[in-house]
Amino acid sequence: MQRSNAGDVSYDDPWYDALASGWGESAAAVALPPARPEPEAAPSAAADIYLEVQRSAAFQEVRRRYRRFVVPGAVAFLLWYVAYVVTATTVPGLMARPVAGAVNVGMLAGLGQFLTTFLLTWAYVRHARLRRDRAALELRWDTQELTRGRGGAA
Amino acid sequence: MTTDHRTTALLLFSAFVAVTLIITTWVSRHRQGSAEEFYTGNRLFSPMENGFAIAGDYMSAASFLGISGLIALVGYDGMLYSVGFLVAWLVVLFLVAELVRNCGRFTLADVVAARMRERPVRIAAGTSSVAVSVLYLVAQMVGAGSLVALLLGGTGEAVQAWTVVGVGALMVIYVSLGGMRATTWIQIVKAVLLLGGTITLTVLVLLRFHGDVNRLLHTAAERSGHGDAFLAPGLAYGGDWTARFDFISLGLALVLGTAGLPHILSRFYTVPTARAARRSVVWAIGLIGGFYLMTIVLGFGAAALIGPDAVRASHASGNTAVPLLALDLGGGAGTTGGTVLFAVVAAVAFATILAVVAGITLASSASVAHDLYASLRRPGGKPRSEVAVARVAAVGIGVVAIALGLLARDLNVAFLVGLAFAVAASANLPVLLYSLFWRGFTTRGAVWSVYGGLIPAVVLVLLSPVVSGSPDSLFPGVDFQVFPLQNPGLVSIPLGFLAGWLGTVTSTEVPDEARHAETEVRSLTGAGAA
Repeated sequence: MQRSNAGDVSYDDPWYDALASGWGESAAAVALPPARPEPEAAPSAAADIYLEVQRSAAFQEVRRRYRRFVVPGAVAFLLWYVAYVVTATTVPGLMARPVAGAVNVGMLAGLGQFLTTFLLTWAYVRHARLRRDRAALELRWDTQELTRGRGGAA
Repeated sequence: MTTDHRTTALLLFSAFVAVTLIITTWVSRHRQGSAEEFYTGNRLFSPMENGFAIAGDYMSAASFLGISGLIALVGYDGMLYSVGFLVAWLVVLFLVAELVRNCGRFTLADVVAARMRERPVRIAAGTSSVAVSVLYLVAQMVGAGSLVALLLGGTGEAVQAWTVVGVGALMVIYVSLGGMRATTWIQIVKAVLLLGGTITLTVLVLLRFHGDVNRLLHTAAERSGHGDAFLAPGLAYGGDWTARFDFISLGLALVLGTAGLPHILSRFYTVPTARAARRSVVWAIGLIGGFYLMTIVLGFGAAALIGPDAVRASHASGNTAVPLLALDLGGGAGTTGGTVLFAVVAAVAFATILAVVAGITLASSASVAHDLYASLRRPGGKPRSEVAVARVAAVGIGVVAIALGLLARDLNVAFLVGLAFAVAASANLPVLLYSLFWRGFTTRGAVWSVYGGLIPAVVLVLLSPVVSGSPDSLFPGVDFQVFPLQNPGLVSIPLGFLAGWLGTVTSTEVPDEARHAETEVRSLTGAGAA
């Protein structure tokens, strides 16, 4: 946590992200054959690290938060979209019902799709920023430290 | 169409082409020739730049001209396209963008191959990516040909054919010389031009009606001859049940296809982190959403100011509605304002096609070099530089697209785009989601889900009324039509998911727990991301 807090100012700077990406490209990654995304050096050690991280409480919490948001969210907007398309094609009479002036139910539903898309985008970004980003960054850091440490030893 | 229009439009076209060529030369000054640089521009784009580039990649001429034209002709039913194209981005944002950025290096196959036996998976995912890209590419080339012929008043097939060849040649130059960096900057320039043009026209339409949207809609409904039915669904897809199911099928393909388009996925690799990928999608959603809202205004504006009959008289499927609207808003035919505005819209539409074509070519050359060539070359053969292979692939794809574009000249552009989306949703999306979210997914499941979506999608199209059995089909003389719908999505998307599940439960392979752990940890944290 301390590290993230200290880095708050530079957190929104794209260069900060660029440097973080540079970290990922350790010497092992550069020497890879082109089609292999994975470092093959010390496979067992690296694999153990990922299993270890996957079983850690911190990672499970990040995964739980991510899934608890995106699964209901995705189900909800897909259902809402399918309902809209199916209603428009099967019950056009309902969509044609006037509301105010030239605006009818169909227009409102269509604009509602735009509105919910923007709202869900905002909600997702806010959720990710407040509930996931810091913990994920910590995990990334720790995982890479572990990989480097054990890769060197092996 | 007067000579004035043509000269102004041609001048603007040439200026755009010149600018893009300057960009291409400029960014390739200090080229190092690494794969990282060629495919991703060294991942150094900012979220805002990438957001504009994504929007540029996505807002094709089919939406700028096609959707507005459709709304001008059939009213509300055209609006359904705008909604589908936008909502699709929630799938990308929620389930795909960040995870793909973290797991992959250059292509879709990277993500899947990370936890499977590499060779069969790479071949399958590479094949389907190339298939989707080529379909989309042909649609854009056909669009460019008919657009230029239409706008420049080219009378014959010759203009159309030379346009297709010219667009193909330009795209090969952009991609093979400039790689991702040139392609991205071309997308950004194009997105700014397109949005600028759309905003100008929208403001002019609203000014014409003194900001009274209600009156705009009423005028459009009156002028259409359909009355209030013009403002409600049913004019285009309200006929028999086949038409209705066709629309539901298209709606599914639109919303699920975007997340499987290779040229969209490859855009996430151009930013340094998953966070940056997320922020670029947010930029893109804002830009794309605003753009589609404006196309609705333009469509109803064209119906109100030009009238559907005049639009239909100019082009049967309405593709010229927006240029005609521009002519009218500028002051009408013969005036300077009208001429300039018309030429600007024509040039913007052409720029749009060029940029989209370059983006797709780059993505498919990556699939050929990084996935197919790397998996299929003889193990003992002399290894070539991957970038060299990708450059050659770009030329090859250019040639194939030019040839197919010339052959398919008479096909409907919107249909080809819908088909590309349907294939992407059936072949690419299931395998992507399964490998990101399903612990027990196996190599066989991955291969089956790609082919189980790709083959039905293609076969159903071959058996559909598009190819044979109706007066409008590709081969009107013969009749081997079995499948009633034009868009295969309703059947082939579930088949893709089903095949992936079936392949997994029937395989004896034990899923590799460690590699699944690695995919999951990397996808959510970004550890070890390229």
